[in-house]
Amino acid sequence: MRDCKPILLLEDDTVDAMTVKRALKDLNITNPLVRVANGEEALVYLRDETKAKPCVILLDINMPKMNGIEFLKIAKADDKLKRIPAIVLTTSKDDKDRFTTFQLSIAGFIVKPVDYLKFVEAMKIVNLYWTLSELPNTEQENVNAKLATDTACR
Amino acid sequence: MRSSRPILLVDDDNAEMMTVKRALNELNVPNKLVHHLDGENALCYLRDNINKGPCVILLDLNMPKMNGVDFLAAVKGNAELKQIPVIILTVSNDEEDKAKCYELCAAGYVVKPVNYEGFIEAMKTLDAYWTLSELPFPDV
Repeated sequence: MRDCKPILLLEDDTVDAMTVKRALKDLNITNPLVRVANGEEALVYLRDETKAKPCVILLDINMPKMNGIEFLKIAKADDKLKRIPAIVLTTSKDDKDRFTTFQLSIAGFIVKPVDYLKFVEAMKIVNLYWTLSELPNTEQENVNAKLATDTACR
Repeated sequence: MRSSRPILLVDDDNAEMMTVKRALNELNVPNKLVHHLDGENALCYLRDNINKGPCVILLDLNMPKMNGVDFLAAVKGNAELKQIPVIILTVSNDEEDKAKCYELCAAGYVVKPVNYEGFIEAMKTLDAYWTLSELPFPDV
């Protein structure tokens, strides 16, 4: 990724979360991965001023408590959170999910390849794109957390 | 791109349009390139082509009549258009521009590399990403 802020992953399945972690490691992507199990936990993390805001959010759709769509509805209506690019990473090929999430201004909808090597290839492209693209500056309202990540990156 | 729909480029500079066209050609991207010189004309095009609109929009920021930020706000404020991914493609590295575009949920902000090779590489990554990613609309 273009900066070294964390990547926030919303994924209820521990095995899937491990796969993402492993792929990032295999690709030498050094951004810390913060994993939460649902939308509710993600909002708690994002609204905690002591935590560094992520550079991007990767989110699954089907999750208990608060699913990906419910999460996007809240995050994209929140002035402090709406600017963080949110990319759907799911096994759902449902047209309605795709359409609804694009209506909520997601920055990509990736159907997870089942094969691990193909998944790594997909994550490589995601990383290339978000390294090419500038990222929003979420640091102004969060100076302390920024200092913490900057130190962690060194 | 994953979809066969056109790519809409909104850029007031015809030379830039030629560069984008040439890069897409070199990369064998089959999508047709629709070009408009300012936000106002681009909005008219989008409103006239609701059911056969572009798969993605590549948007410059500094343009006459309606600039990129105003255009982005208009697209994201329209229920029929807001789902189209809008990628900023500009020479502006201005923090305020970046902040405004991400507030309006741009799906990427690419500062145009000055040399052509760098630009080709950027367009290649952009195409790979939007081929990997699903797009909101079915093919026309």
